[in-house]
Amino acid sequence: MRDPSEQAINNNPAQPAPLVRVIIALLVTGLGVGLAYAILSLPSNAVGLSQAVNLHLEQSGVTNPVTAVLLNFRGYDTLLEMVVLLLALLGVWALGGAAQFHEHAPGPVLDTLARLLAPLLILVAAYLLWVGAHAPGGAFQAGSVLGAAGVLLLLSGWRPRIALMALPLRLVLIIGPMTFVAMALLTLLSEGQLLTYPVNYAGVLILVLEAAATLSIGVTLAALFVGGHPQDEQSR
Amino acid sequence: MSSVFAYALIGVGLFTLGLYALIVHAHLLRKILALNVMGSGVFMTLVALAKRSGDVPDPVPHAMVITGIVVAVSATALALTLMLKLSAVSGRATLADDRQD
Amino acid sequence: MPEAFSQTPWALVLILLPLATGMISFLWPRLAISLGLVTAAILILAVVGLGWQIHSLDGGVYHHAVGGWGAPLGIDLYADGLSLLMLTTTALVGMGVSIYSVAYFEHEQALRFWPIWLLLLAALNALFLSADIFNLYVTLELLGLAAVTLTALAGSKAALDGAMRYLLATLLGSLCYLLGVELLYHSYGTVDIATLAERVAATPVVWAALGLMGAGLILKTALFPLHFWLPPAHSSAPAPVSAVLSALVIKATFYILLRLWLTLFNPLNESVATLLGLLGAAAVLWGSLQALRQTRLKLLIAYSTVAQIGYLFLAFPLAAVAALSTWNAVAYLALSHALAKAAMFLSAGNLLRFGGHDRIADLDRVVQRLPVTAMAFALAGVSIMGLPPSGGFIGKWLLLEAALEQNRWDLVLVMLLGGLLAAGYVFKVLGHSFTEAPVMHEAGTVPKAMEWAALLLAVAAVVLGFLTVPVLAWFGLGDVAGIGGVGS
Repeated sequence: MRDPSEQAINNNPAQPAPLVRVIIALLVTGLGVGLAYAILSLPSNAVGLSQAVNLHLEQSGVTNPVTAVLLNFRGYDTLLEMVVLLLALLGVWALGGAAQFHEHAPGPVLDTLARLLAPLLILVAAYLLWVGAHAPGGAFQAGSVLGAAGVLLLLSGWRPRIALMALPLRLVLIIGPMTFVAMALLTLLSEGQLLTYPVNYAGVLILVLEAAATLSIGVTLAALFVGGHPQDEQSR
Repeated sequence: MSSVFAYALIGVGLFTLGLYALIVHAHLLRKILALNVMGSGVFMTLVALAKRSGDVPDPVPHAMVITGIVVAVSATALALTLMLKLSAVSGRATLADDRQD
Repeated sequence: MPEAFSQTPWALVLILLPLATGMISFLWPRLAISLGLVTAAILILAVVGLGWQIHSLDGGVYHHAVGGWGAPLGIDLYADGLSLLMLTTTALVGMGVSIYSVAYFEHEQALRFWPIWLLLLAALNALFLSADIFNLYVTLELLGLAAVTLTALAGSKAALDGAMRYLLATLLGSLCYLLGVELLYHSYGTVDIATLAERVAATPVVWAALGLMGAGLILKTALFPLHFWLPPAHSSAPAPVSAVLSALVIKATFYILLRLWLTLFNPLNESVATLLGLLGAAAVLWGSLQALRQTRLKLLIAYSTVAQIGYLFLAFPLAAVAALSTWNAVAYLALSHALAKAAMFLSAGNLLRFGGHDRIADLDRVVQRLPVTAMAFALAGVSIMGLPPSGGFIGKWLLLEAALEQNRWDLVLVMLLGGLLAAGYVFKVLGHSFTEAPVMHEAGTVPKAMEWAALLLAVAAVVLGFLTVPVLAWFGLGDVAGIGGVGS
């Protein structure tokens, strides 16, 4: 029952001639040496932007500098990057093909592990989301753990209800980037500048953004693991 | 501070290793893995050199790496799906040979 | 009413609107097509509004500090004449392609196409408005993933192969670019272009960054000899996607290269400019020769893109002496090539839909049976060849003038040869479309919207040739070289 793509993957094509490989290796090594030289010429003490970040940290609404940079100072990058993640899923769905739900029952180890770990992972995700304001953590870390929980459940044979696979799924997928865009519009209308949070509410707004983002990221990662569009299988 | 540069150079090494593998290997999965290794090299250099700002490292490169990782994951997912589709349609997981050019 | 018009932050509309409508059309597919067309229309309005604002502002630039932090801590949005040019190109081609796509895609593919297409427009606009090299990386990735997905939409083996090659090339280019960004950040502590421009000097790190970023961007712009991925990708994508790839996506990476060249890498100009000019010349000759050899229409047009990109790079060695006229030439070449090449690919799509194939030799009396399409292709060809009156002629003329003034006979020769070869391959196609094919084919129907969209874009390319003075005044490229330094 191996599908053709599996068989194709296992073929091992030949490599180019040894002489060509040596030449490429030499060129690439030359590049590496040049880069190494350039890097070694950098000063061994450099402040970068850490001073500027520390200066404005209280106004950012969180005390973890990385979260402040990600969600406040350079929030625009985060907005775009969430759209990148969504776009990857759109791309995977556009390529077509059925969703890969596992049909057979899991073995006892996987079964027990999934039952134990899945709720734990969800709790850890919620904790990471919360703690991201003042310690390492935040939306992406929480979203990854949530995605891992989803993957674990999928591997152990979980099939989500079909009714949830259409509009509700799409809604959850876009809620992260859409909240960001909505926040951008709101701040534009109220403050005149994009993504400028009023200092008093900055912490709360960041938490809201991160919560929506966590949900989206987790579901997107799990959906990427599934592969095809869940509805395609239903319509066959 | 020499450990900082050691890690940075390892990052450069990963970058060049990945580049070699990307050019030389024909199997698509290896190419995708090579790109991932290159990405890891770039991120490693970025984070290593951020430590130069003293006890508390510079947070901006860390944020950049988080962004970069998300982008890399998205790109890898798309690449893998494309590879699966291509190998299902063409029977081999490699690019077609160039007949023109 | 005029008050509201001038107060609206059109630059932000350009970015946020397609993002929002792209996601909404993913959520509610029934609204996809109408949202797409409305967005394309509003984008044109927004570009006009932005141009209006730029002209009425001091310094002729638009500046927005996202988050209120300002560079170098935050990200800045920035629009000057060059950005306005690229945004206008995007809006115009975007409208043409949107109209075309309404009729081109059938239901299933349309649902997949529209959200991704809108997000691609958002990526382009965000790219042209960004003033931060890391932000440019994120927009590049957004653009690349959207473009690859659309390329693979047809699902055929050729399309998937072309898309895979494109994806690998674009990811490699982005990684090289990112490494360069990182070197610049760790050297000067900022990723904002204006701030970097003040601090940059000719150190080994900056050379390494220039090399990496330049190589990555050149790979993504498909400059000879790194153009290997372009012909398979552009020729096997659906027609409207090919139009967008050749017209807009390639220009985006060229724009970044140009921007970095003008602001950051100024101290390092001399030898790199010569190298770029050399590669451009090789691209013009090689691309045109290869185009002449092709038997399939879409591949011919794709190789023509390779050649036309070469013209843009010929400007680099010339700009050292005659900056304004050379960059004006580049602006005209970029804009008219985008319009003409999009028209060509859309016409090719029509021919494909009509005859079921794109073999040039078998183009069966197209002129009689699809006059609108044939006219579109012919007009587009006029611009590509550089015949008067057309935008392409103005661009090539300005470039020739600059080359003659500087006694660069080598570049003059390359341009003349390129023009001759272009005439060769355009007339090859037109010649076959007048004559009967050896074998008769069943004719398919081509929707009116598709034909007229192609014709409109082609007409726009030609009309550009008449509007030189107002167009160049609108884009105001005189300030382009002077954006490094204290931010406005």
